[in-house]
Amino acid sequence: MGDRVALFVTCLVDQLFPKVGMSMASVLERLGYTVEFPEDQTCCGQPAYNSGYRDEARRVARHFIRTFAGYDRIVVPSGSCTTMIVHHFAELFRKEPETLRQVAELEKRVWEFSTFLTEVAGVEDVGARFPEVVTFHDGCHGLRELGVRAAPRRLLGRVRDLELREMQTGDECCGFGGTFAVKFAELSGAMVRSKIDAILETGATTVVSLDASCLMQIQGALARAGKPVRTLHLAEVLASR
Amino acid sequence: MSVEFDQKVHDTLADANLQLAIYTSTGRLKRGRVASVSGEAMPDYQELRDQAHAIKKHAIDNLDYYLEEFERNVTARGGKVIYCKDATAVADFVLGLAKERGVRLIVKSKSMTTEEVDLNERLEHHGLESVETDLGEYILQLAHEKPYHIVLPALHKTRYDVADIFTRELHVPRETVIEKQTALACGVLRDKFLAADIGISGANFLVADSGSIVIIENEGNARLTTTAPKIHIVLAGIEKVIPRARDLATFLKLLARSATGQLLSAYTSVLSGARRPGEIDGPDEFYVVLLDNGRTRLLPDKGKRQTLYCIRCGACLNACPVYRKIGGYSFPWVYSGPIGAILTPQFMGVSHEPALPFASSLCGACGEVCPVKIDIPKVLLDLRSDVKKAEAREGQGRMERLAFRAFAWLMTHPRAYEMACRMAALMAPSGDGSWLKSVPPLMNLPPVRAWLSQRDLPPPPAKSFRELWRHRR
Repeated sequence: MGDRVALFVTCLVDQLFPKVGMSMASVLERLGYTVEFPEDQTCCGQPAYNSGYRDEARRVARHFIRTFAGYDRIVVPSGSCTTMIVHHFAELFRKEPETLRQVAELEKRVWEFSTFLTEVAGVEDVGARFPEVVTFHDGCHGLRELGVRAAPRRLLGRVRDLELREMQTGDECCGFGGTFAVKFAELSGAMVRSKIDAILETGATTVVSLDASCLMQIQGALARAGKPVRTLHLAEVLASR
Repeated sequence: MSVEFDQKVHDTLADANLQLAIYTSTGRLKRGRVASVSGEAMPDYQELRDQAHAIKKHAIDNLDYYLEEFERNVTARGGKVIYCKDATAVADFVLGLAKERGVRLIVKSKSMTTEEVDLNERLEHHGLESVETDLGEYILQLAHEKPYHIVLPALHKTRYDVADIFTRELHVPRETVIEKQTALACGVLRDKFLAADIGISGANFLVADSGSIVIIENEGNARLTTTAPKIHIVLAGIEKVIPRARDLATFLKLLARSATGQLLSAYTSVLSGARRPGEIDGPDEFYVVLLDNGRTRLLPDKGKRQTLYCIRCGACLNACPVYRKIGGYSFPWVYSGPIGAILTPQFMGVSHEPALPFASSLCGACGEVCPVKIDIPKVLLDLRSDVKKAEAREGQGRMERLAFRAFAWLMTHPRAYEMACRMAALMAPSGDGSWLKSVPPLMNLPPVRAWLSQRDLPPPPAKSFRELWRHRR
């Protein structure tokens, strides 16, 4: 193919889960894409937006729009950050018609990772092998705001030696919610403990998701409970052979 | 309110019986809803939601027009419409009428709007007896409690709790069999129905083109409340008006399914005025009290006023992972769950309960199940912005505001961002944070402490993604 794609790895992956970004790049390169990483990228602004700081969010969003202006395909390893860009940037620039036009055009160029694979690259089998029982956690924003449900399952379904076991409450929130996780820590903790109960019930050894943020929450709770289940981003599973 | 809210949340989370009661009841309703609106059971579910949203939007956009039409039609049928701006006005009206007619006993059917204005308390304060006739509400009235849930008010009470309440308040032998408890309540309430001179009900819908009110219920007590006493008073929020009787077809299909998973509730009553000559039943006098109580405050905001589309089905509570943990009493007002979180701050002003719009992970489950498609997460986000603006005006929350200003600066200066992140990574807490105990100032950062109170933090990687990327070729 030889097409160019730009990575927006998200601030969380950049700083805490670099392996997710590297895995995403390697899957895309394996499919023949030329992968670029615009170095000026930082964050989508969601932490400020969700905390009620619109001016601050707008500044960060403007930086994003500028940084990715020259890229036709932007792939993001997060349903939540993708949602911020394609659903909430427009709200931030409601009163700026020119920027709003740029946002409308940007929305068409930004892709959540699994959806990019199934809809743009048109693949399901990326040649991965992962000999484990896994369960899948639907991130809320990817699931409800982007409608991503089938894509990751189709991709996981074609990974060799992988067994997917759905959990009872796969679509129930893990309780992360950004600053919610620290503003309402006890409540957030109760929510993630229900989540890990559902995970453990499946007998899976790995939890897979499209969002590093959910995984940080789930992994943190699993580790605190002393449970030997690990968490991986879909990109990491698809990069395994 | 944060301290009080946190305390209530903490108490609810710590109560294992309560946790089980909330989880089981909401889970049953949630599964019922899912089954009743599935593609097989209801192929046109999404179209109906769009329709319901459009009708409500149209009604609220033209609220003055439809309220006037409703009033005209009620009056033409011999009823009377009274506008009340707040709780005091409602109580004054009911008390005045009761005094004029020499009424001592009032029966009530379930109505969140009467709860909203503390009607029972206000009437009892003036020596009137006002008896709840919905079983759940009756139990709570005896227990001196407010509804725990919009649809299942006594969801937090087990039959053993009910046995204790009945024994204590009605002085009867302890009875734990649910059917027998129900029969006992029926016996007490039947006498009240026969002796009462005023019946007070709520309304699920006010139909403008017919001047009718619509009440949906399962127990039949609302039928008795609205027909046995000589006087029927309806209390409803002004937002309950819908343009046409034919619009009911849309809402009736959605309401019971969303609330309980029933295809239709046991009783749907369409009541149009007092008894007319030649009719065999119905009240002699019919009053509709239309309540503002903060509702008109919402009208100027075209985005957030969708909150007024709510038909009080409770589906958002049952779907909400937060409500399912913290229950009804953690919320500061009678409206709980996601709808309470957007309604309370708007009715009372955002400064009244500033933490409320933030007590959500923004998972979107509420918006997904709302039969009238209120974008609850979007309204929550707008309210969060309103709260922060109010804080800035009042000079509160300075530390957080500074932190987000710093965040915005760093995120628009990539080199500074990279350097700051590297420095933070060098000092950051890792794993369970144990090594960090030697660096108390970091450990004591409130967000770090809050995170570590519930879960571990991943150890920071040796290199960030951008460093790995630079060195990989």
